[in-house]
Amino acid sequence: MKTVNQKAWFFVLPVLVLVAFNALIPMMTVVNYSVQETFGNNIFLWEGLTWFQQLLTEERFYKALGRQFMFTGLILVIEVPLGIAIALSMPRQGIWVPVCLVLMALPMLIPWNVVGAMWNIFTLPDIGLLGYFLNNVLGINYDMTQDPIAAWVTIITMDVWHWTSLVVLLAYAGLVSIPDAYYQAAKIDGASNWSVFRFIQLPKMKPVLTIAILLRFMDSFNIYTEPFVLTGGGPGNSTTLLSIDLVKRALGQFDLGPAAAMSLIYFAITLLVSWLFYTLMTKDDLN
Amino acid sequence: MAKITLSNLRHSYYPNPTEPSDYALKEIDLDWNDGGAYALLGPSGCGKSTLLNIISGLLVPSEGRILFDDKDVTALPPDQRNIAQVFQFPVIYDTMTVYDNLAFPLRNRGRDETTVKTRVTAIAEMLELTDMLDTKAAGLSPDNKQKISMGRGLVREDVNVVMFDEPLTVIDPHLKWKLRSKLKELHQRIKATMIYVTHDQTEALTFADQVVVMQDGEVVQIGTPVELFERPAHTFVGHFIGSPGMNVLPCDLRDGQAYFCEHQVALEGAVVGTPNGKTEIGVRPEFVTLATSGLPATVSKVSDIGRHTVVECDADGSKISAIVDGAGPERGAAVFLQFQQNQTRLYVDGWIATQAEEAQS
Amino acid sequence: MQKRSIVPIIYILFLLLPIYWLVAMSFKTTNEILGGFSLFPQTFTLENYKVIFTDPTWYWGYINSISYVTLNTVISITVALPAAYAFSRYRFLGDKQLFFWLLTNRMAPAAVFALPFFQLYSAVGLFDTYLAVALAHCLFNIPLSVWILEGFMAGVPKELDETAYVDGYSFPRFFATIFIPSIKAGVGVAAFFCFMFSWVELLLAKTLTAVAAKPIAAIMTKTASSAGYELGLLAAAGTLTIIPGAIVIYFVRNYIAKGFAMGRV
Repeated sequence: MKTVNQKAWFFVLPVLVLVAFNALIPMMTVVNYSVQETFGNNIFLWEGLTWFQQLLTEERFYKALGRQFMFTGLILVIEVPLGIAIALSMPRQGIWVPVCLVLMALPMLIPWNVVGAMWNIFTLPDIGLLGYFLNNVLGINYDMTQDPIAAWVTIITMDVWHWTSLVVLLAYAGLVSIPDAYYQAAKIDGASNWSVFRFIQLPKMKPVLTIAILLRFMDSFNIYTEPFVLTGGGPGNSTTLLSIDLVKRALGQFDLGPAAAMSLIYFAITLLVSWLFYTLMTKDDLN
Repeated sequence: MAKITLSNLRHSYYPNPTEPSDYALKEIDLDWNDGGAYALLGPSGCGKSTLLNIISGLLVPSEGRILFDDKDVTALPPDQRNIAQVFQFPVIYDTMTVYDNLAFPLRNRGRDETTVKTRVTAIAEMLELTDMLDTKAAGLSPDNKQKISMGRGLVREDVNVVMFDEPLTVIDPHLKWKLRSKLKELHQRIKATMIYVTHDQTEALTFADQVVVMQDGEVVQIGTPVELFERPAHTFVGHFIGSPGMNVLPCDLRDGQAYFCEHQVALEGAVVGTPNGKTEIGVRPEFVTLATSGLPATVSKVSDIGRHTVVECDADGSKISAIVDGAGPERGAAVFLQFQQNQTRLYVDGWIATQAEEAQS
Repeated sequence: MQKRSIVPIIYILFLLLPIYWLVAMSFKTTNEILGGFSLFPQTFTLENYKVIFTDPTWYWGYINSISYVTLNTVISITVALPAAYAFSRYRFLGDKQLFFWLLTNRMAPAAVFALPFFQLYSAVGLFDTYLAVALAHCLFNIPLSVWILEGFMAGVPKELDETAYVDGYSFPRFFATIFIPSIKAGVGVAAFFCFMFSWVELLLAKTLTAVAAKPIAAIMTKTASSAGYELGLLAAAGTLTIIPGAIVIYFVRNYIAKGFAMGRV
């Protein structure tokens, strides 16, 4: 199909230069820091793999990592099925489709710290709509600055609010691309609604769902701004995700060495899990 | 298997149709006999797919009834009509094996696995899919996928009718012929009623015993391929079937005689009734000969189509084609045309208006 | 059909509630906010918006944000177009590896890069300029644009290219006058995503700016902490950050769903 043409490299060159400038040089800096100790004033001492060893034996790191996985796992388990369900119940055509899509995409277009701030205002126990409603109407004692469970429920709800639409849009795009003939054939074959979903809609949505799950994994695994603005990692360290812990070390404590080592491990885990997801989800297509 | 009756069927995609042009289907009364091989032929947009979807139950007609063996099924959904349909693009369940694809309609209807196995094996045998039963259906070539679509229709022992909606559109030309003869063979073995929708005259004429020709939401003629060719009931049928199509020439009618450019043309027989409307003469190129006397014309184009030559002539602004054996005359030559009398007919407002007289032939 | 549509309606209500609360709060006076709970603004005020539109630190924040976002969108699309064309039309040494490597940059946590970015852009003398933020955001926007555009370009038959060459078009002229117009939906979608991700990202934007190019969202954070709890002002500024996104999404509403589906996986 495609012709072999090495000159195509010239077309790719600007992209390569720009991305490499942004990706490789900072990455080198991080690698550099991760094997050295610094006390400021450009004095560096070689530390080898000390930081890595220290980090990998440290409880704080594993706890943050565990929280990060819990967060990502929970939002995937909620957002993917919910997004599919919403996409399935959306109208396929008509004037409501663009209205739905625009309204649904709205949360994704709000700057991330505004999202955090907005949810902060929304959940304040005395003057926030949700906080007031829960405390004074339903009588549930809700204050996420005190209660770790309330804090977790809030950051999860916020992420569901923020990003479920991405799954909806992708799943919807997959659904509308299914030709009518498939539904008609299924009707004639006497398929139940569940069979239509299981054997037609789900397989046809699979490529877009793969993208959705990958994007949601990467972005939720790297999430920083929204939970930081909302909870600041607290109460205590209960919502200190890996990224929040990383920034605390790097900018708060100025422990550049350990922070850099952590960055590299972090990046490696993201890459590895993304690759695993991708391989698992596309395994069937290969043979 | 069943006889299918369409009675006073009309359909419009608008909620409150008023004009005849609002209707995608205008007044259709038709009987499809049990076990027949039918083709529904017509250009794109003539309403043939609408008609097909009404028979299968995917559409509910605005007016009229559909009967399967005298039982009214107008309101029944597709799965309760026991019909099968093969679509333009192969519809297969990607995640299933070929076997599971074929078994799907049976399993949905709760048949036990032994029955499923016998039926699937038998159908796979017929369609030459046996070696592929265990492979995933997704990776197959379009013609095999289309065979699976057909198989899913044929696998049910109780289908009333199998419908094909331009099933060969995505098939390579050299495989089209193969699949077409496979279909014909299947029809002979299964004896199910089959309706084949197409805009391709070759497909229609080779597959069907009876061809239903449609235009603008109306059935213009029903007949065997031979009938459609020899005696088109409408100028549209004459045009649409045959290559090149029938010559249609404007004419005047005086005292029961037809005149084309003041040249009298002998018709096959007497004109029926007292026609008023647009009158035209129809004669197929196969029955136009070059002679030493007759209608004067100038040759405008000569094309060699193998054993024959198509000679296109110009007679007073009208184009007339003739098919002659061997090489034709030069372009620009002056010729005289003769129409074979028993194949020359008068059409009024498109519809045939002469009666054949056996004695004359 | 009718019963089903309750699901999207409830979902959209859920989405709009926090936004409503933000907007409602932006029209309340500070006294009313701190005075207690009220579902609608009791004393409707535009005071908060007046502050934003008259105070240069506030409105320059908007100008700054829009400037670097626009710059980033232009850069990303300009370089991504030829690259996507190369990926969709040619095979070349290392093409698959390069494509994958580009996508991995979408996975790099911004938190990882914050400090090295600060050092890098300080070293090249771009710190606190629009260009710095625009270039930094290329890290994730270029891979995404290449990905989306490649999907759209793969849908354009190769015959289009060949016909144009036969008709005597030069490559640049073909690319600009025939090819790009034929994928303008894709360009729109890619530009939308560039705009979106650059607009919503803050960590890098904040790290790379001090005064001259400081984004609006960062000014909000600063105000919230320094001037105490000025919630009304914060809400008004937040409300204003939703508007550009809403405008942009309105223009591409018919393509969003499609744009997502086109990428190759």
